[in-house]
Amino acid sequence: MARVELAVIDDAPAVALQGLDELWFQVAGTVCNLRCRHCFISCAPDNHSHWFMTRKQVREALDESVSLGVKEYYFTGGEPFMNREMEEILADALELGPATVLTNATLLLPRRARRLAALAANSPYTLELRVSLDGITREMNDAIRGDGAFHRCVEGIRNLVAEGFLPIITCMRSWPEHDTPHYLQGFRELLAEVGYHRPRIKILPPLLMGEEAGRTRGYEETERVTARMMEGFDASQLLCSRARLVTATGVQACPILLEAPSARVGETLSEAARTPVRLKESACFTCYLSGAICSNTGSGVGGEL
Amino acid sequence: MGGPPVGERGPGGRGAELALDAPMVGSLPGSPMRVAAFGGIYSNHRALKAAIADARRRGAEAILCLGDLGAFGPSPDRTIHLLRDEGIPVVRGNYDDSIARGLDDCQCGYTDPRDNHYARISYEYTLANTSPESRRWMAHFPREIRFHLGPLRVLAFHGSPRRMNEFLWETTTPTHFLRGMAEALEADVLLGTHTGIHWSRDLGDGYWYVNAGALGRPANDGRREVWYAMLSADSRGPGSGTNGSGPGGSVGLQVEFVPVRYEVELLADEMRDEGLPHEFIETIRSGWWTTCLEVLPGKERARGRW
Repeated sequence: MARVELAVIDDAPAVALQGLDELWFQVAGTVCNLRCRHCFISCAPDNHSHWFMTRKQVREALDESVSLGVKEYYFTGGEPFMNREMEEILADALELGPATVLTNATLLLPRRARRLAALAANSPYTLELRVSLDGITREMNDAIRGDGAFHRCVEGIRNLVAEGFLPIITCMRSWPEHDTPHYLQGFRELLAEVGYHRPRIKILPPLLMGEEAGRTRGYEETERVTARMMEGFDASQLLCSRARLVTATGVQACPILLEAPSARVGETLSEAARTPVRLKESACFTCYLSGAICSNTGSGVGGEL
Repeated sequence: MGGPPVGERGPGGRGAELALDAPMVGSLPGSPMRVAAFGGIYSNHRALKAAIADARRRGAEAILCLGDLGAFGPSPDRTIHLLRDEGIPVVRGNYDDSIARGLDDCQCGYTDPRDNHYARISYEYTLANTSPESRRWMAHFPREIRFHLGPLRVLAFHGSPRRMNEFLWETTTPTHFLRGMAEALEADVLLGTHTGIHWSRDLGDGYWYVNAGALGRPANDGRREVWYAMLSADSRGPGSGTNGSGPGGSVGLQVEFVPVRYEVELLADEMRDEGLPHEFIETIRSGWWTTCLEVLPGKERARGRW
């Protein structure tokens, strides 16, 4: 059985970009103020394998994005707010379209939350803050995200909510699927305590790579997308059919595959838009099964039942 | 300007597929100067009737429905019969596509369990209560309707020109995205619905986007009125009209969003009689959306109550 699957891996299917709806920026490289035990690209304070993007670099890609018809801008890292130019970068993006920041919220002190609210108010477009919180208690979260992360994150959420934001709380599922309703209820209660009474919650499937591969398990050899699996499959469910990730040093297929050589699709955005993505990586298997979990809408489990 | 792709219309795209017997493009006869457009009827036959009368009173030369006849409300055939009797052309919405073809869901793409719960109730009720004859009629709705509003080329669709179920919200849809699409499709005016909240934008150089909003439920604004759009070719020259006009053109577009009052309490009674959820009734009575909230962007959602 394994031999059959391996033979198909060599024939990894290719996905062309249907339209560049989402433009992602690795704006903080792999630099993060936390060192989470499940991070799929092992971001940390001392992981400098990918460095911050400058405002100028982002600006150039934003300018290019207009003619490519980009619909949404996403900013990730690492921790985007470790980038000293982050607020200026957001102001630039919000002139052109909606912006989403994937953050751990630990750096969102009241003054910064207020400035972000002002940025949002000055734009016709929405500014979404996607906050990673991986547990409903300090013990549960900090076992994954490190000591003190829970308290600082919850305070960050409080500050955002106080400024009128409805942050999207994302949590990697670290429990059996049938326990999800219990944890959703736990999140609702926790968030209500900081004044967030109509929370937007996304529960995400784990990506079995980077730190997470050591914490739980890595992908099996057979957990790959094969050509046969693509027959009759709606390829637009895959993020690489509608997105690209710009980094300080080039363009990757998607934010999950920052480190994968096979997912490097060009030096420039226009080159990357023309280059199909080979689904060679195991993470493509999770995207195949779960839909593009990285986007704000679609996939994930919401929070109100 | 390259713009987003506009050609993903067949199987394999994320959008809903067409039933085989549906034409791709419909049309309106002549070149009316004043057209009323609405979408998202959601079986609110009372609002529909009021809107049609209102549009005629205001001098609409043609009336166009942008799709999604069912959901939320009672007795879907009443809405369908009204549109058929009035001879109003309908663009196929994702809901109509699902009902006509008997699909499993409404193709709105909810993942939130609560939204899915209510969407399922609504869809199953609508499917069970739409007659086979109505479903056959709906199967002929075209994917898009092109017409001239005076000299302006209008492309009418449900969600977006490329995907029937794509949400184009005011705060998540860049001007360059819409402009690229309008240019590529050779349309001066892009006219859609699907989100349920009306808005319009001058895209520059004589290009426009208009979201006609919904007649089926209020615009999540705490008001009981529902909305339609009146589009007029405005020949008074540049700068005239509600939103101005392109700098180079001598004919602008005037967009007026019209609030419609109807017998909310009578509709609520009918919904109750049909055993529809209290949450749907609360929405039409309070003006605040109670379900299908997941897809709202942060800014639009923050303006609502739930």
